[in-house]
Amino acid sequence: MYKIVRKKELNPTVTLMDIEAPYVANKAKAGQFIIYRIDDMGERIPLTIAGCDKEKGTVTIIFQKVGFSTKALGELNEGDYIQDFVGPLGRPTDVEGKKRVCVVGGGVGCAIALPAARGFHEAGAIVDVIIGFRNKDLVILEDEFRQSCDNLYLMTDDGSYGEKGFGTVKLQALLESGIEYDEVLAIGPVPMMKFVCKTTEPFGVHTVVSLNPIMVDGTGMCGGCRVTVGGETKFACVDGPEFDGQKVDFAELMSRNGIYVEREAEVGKTHTCRIDAMGKALIK
Amino acid sequence: MANMTLTKTPMPEQDPQVRARNFQEVALGYTAEMAMEEAGRCLNCKHPKCVEGCPVNVRIPEFISKVAEGDFKAAYEIITSTNALPALSGRVCPQESQCESKCVRGVKGEPVAIGRLERFVADWYRENVNAMPEKPTSNGIPVAVVGSGPAGLTCASDLAKLGYEVTIFEALHTAGGVLVYGIPEFRLPKKIVANEVDKLQAQGVKVMTNMVIGRVLTIDELFEMGFKAIFVGSGAGLPMFMNIPGESLKGVLSANEYLTRTNLMKAYDENADTPIIKSKAVAVVGGGNVAMDGARCAMRLGAEHVYIVYRRGEAEMPARKEEQHHAKEEGIEFKTLCNPVEILGDENGRVCGIRCIRMELGEPDASGRRRPVEIPGSEFTLDVDTVIMALGTSPNPLIRSTTPGLDTNRKGCLIVNENEMTTREGVFAGGDAVTGAATVILAMGAGKKGAAAIDAYLKK
Repeated sequence: MYKIVRKKELNPTVTLMDIEAPYVANKAKAGQFIIYRIDDMGERIPLTIAGCDKEKGTVTIIFQKVGFSTKALGELNEGDYIQDFVGPLGRPTDVEGKKRVCVVGGGVGCAIALPAARGFHEAGAIVDVIIGFRNKDLVILEDEFRQSCDNLYLMTDDGSYGEKGFGTVKLQALLESGIEYDEVLAIGPVPMMKFVCKTTEPFGVHTVVSLNPIMVDGTGMCGGCRVTVGGETKFACVDGPEFDGQKVDFAELMSRNGIYVEREAEVGKTHTCRIDAMGKALIK
Repeated sequence: MANMTLTKTPMPEQDPQVRARNFQEVALGYTAEMAMEEAGRCLNCKHPKCVEGCPVNVRIPEFISKVAEGDFKAAYEIITSTNALPALSGRVCPQESQCESKCVRGVKGEPVAIGRLERFVADWYRENVNAMPEKPTSNGIPVAVVGSGPAGLTCASDLAKLGYEVTIFEALHTAGGVLVYGIPEFRLPKKIVANEVDKLQAQGVKVMTNMVIGRVLTIDELFEMGFKAIFVGSGAGLPMFMNIPGESLKGVLSANEYLTRTNLMKAYDENADTPIIKSKAVAVVGGGNVAMDGARCAMRLGAEHVYIVYRRGEAEMPARKEEQHHAKEEGIEFKTLCNPVEILGDENGRVCGIRCIRMELGEPDASGRRRPVEIPGSEFTLDVDTVIMALGTSPNPLIRSTTPGLDTNRKGCLIVNENEMTTREGVFAGGDAVTGAATVILAMGAGKKGAAAIDAYLKK
């Protein structure tokens, strides 16, 4: 059993928790993920690690209450226990040897963009960060980002905070201004990552995306998380979760992520994804 | 006077029509009377060939003679002196190609039903005695076992009996490896596996779940923590696909995923949160035991049609005859000498069919089986909404890729010497991690040899 030692609501749908898991905390690096299971009948749900405290032996997770099992986790409180918490899984972000990078986070994806930005910064790179949210109320981790990068660009879709517009608009502007990035790292909803890749493509900038497909075990066993990258089948859990974004088959990924949507709807969950529509609007 | 009946005492089974829609055990086991009757068929040979056919050398005629006397407790003690997990091996061992294949009674008629008797004894003990073993006197030497499948459990059990302080590291949330994620409830009830794990813990074995070795701790870190030897029984978990068009469609799953959702995650239970595809028609590609398990789970989950698609003939199928027979009884349709060429999808990216080509058998290949050859122009389509790929598995790279000096062959299997030691001093290995996908009993045999080898190594 793993204890929830801290819980903080970051915005109406996004929650932060520190979970006591000393072995995981001791090893976790930016870009890796954990899998939790609430109780004996629970699903195994992967979440990318948002941070950890080796001394306290805690791992930070930040999640959007969007499906059955994330909502159930959100119902728990400090002092409660969850049944299982396993990790770190996947390969860490490659933060070494970069002169300048741009980290683009979208929505709750900012939670995992933060440790990556911090990792690049600590490894000596100049780090530009673009974080995008729908509106002011949904902004998370602003202060933490300011401490972990050189330039922070905060965007909201409706302009209620920071600059108005999508993150890709800012990214486009930075690239056009002539800044040379060794890497752009995009973490967020699948359509957003796809559009970041479209934005960087003409500039020939190496672009990495962090994928979170459906998976069961997270150790390479089920193959449910397979994604096509450069025409080859890769397992996100062991070969990823980060991949060369220019090579990822996003259409297939989006389709596969919808496998159990009907079943989730059946059990009384409704979430209308607006992001895809937004992305399409952007392309126009 | 021996019972000279030529056939095995039949074992009661659930009716095929009924069991095809439930997850309860198919074979119901012998009663005490049936067991004693069957035990009477054993001739108690002076030089028993059956023991030679057993990877864990169960003293077969000795235990059977105790069953014949009705002394089931003594029979249990004889079995467990060499086999830590009789309730499991009695159920899932391919006895027909091991102990029973050597039985002299099989020369004329059927061999003694050794597997059924082993199962009876283990079940009788669990239901009537179920004494937890005592913790043996400790020798204070810590040994780590990576993986809690049949190899790891057997190795841990033998080491614990020798007094070692054993810790098992399991990557998943429940101990048992393939016994809990792969083999379905109707062939091996999970409470039986849990009972074996309880017994290990009573012997002082520590079981740490949720520990993915290679990620959370490396082999080198285990040595730094004070473990004097390590047994790697991490299995062969990576599923293979065919690399044909359409494999990324929604509704194409590896058998591992389908079975893990069904078994480990209990997706057949409405109260479980893990979803599983609700299929009307399912094609399972492959001819091994895993393919049979996948097909039979699909039937139990409510599919109307379940097909086994296999490129060779029925005689060449690697699945146990008993599993094939059970599958057929439950209404599974065999499409042998057929090979998939493409999986077809609808406009929503969901599977709507599988295109196959008919095959014929040509000359024998390297494996000695006749090589299947395509018959040109014989393509046809099966209307299915789910395709389960049961083509085999390969070893997980997590440990080999994080342990310097640990050599593998070109298939990724760990290389061991005649003492079960890998190319790293003090690191032993066995089971599918060494052999590639094989059987539960071979893994148990490897775990046993591994424990003996570790004992010899640490006593040097």
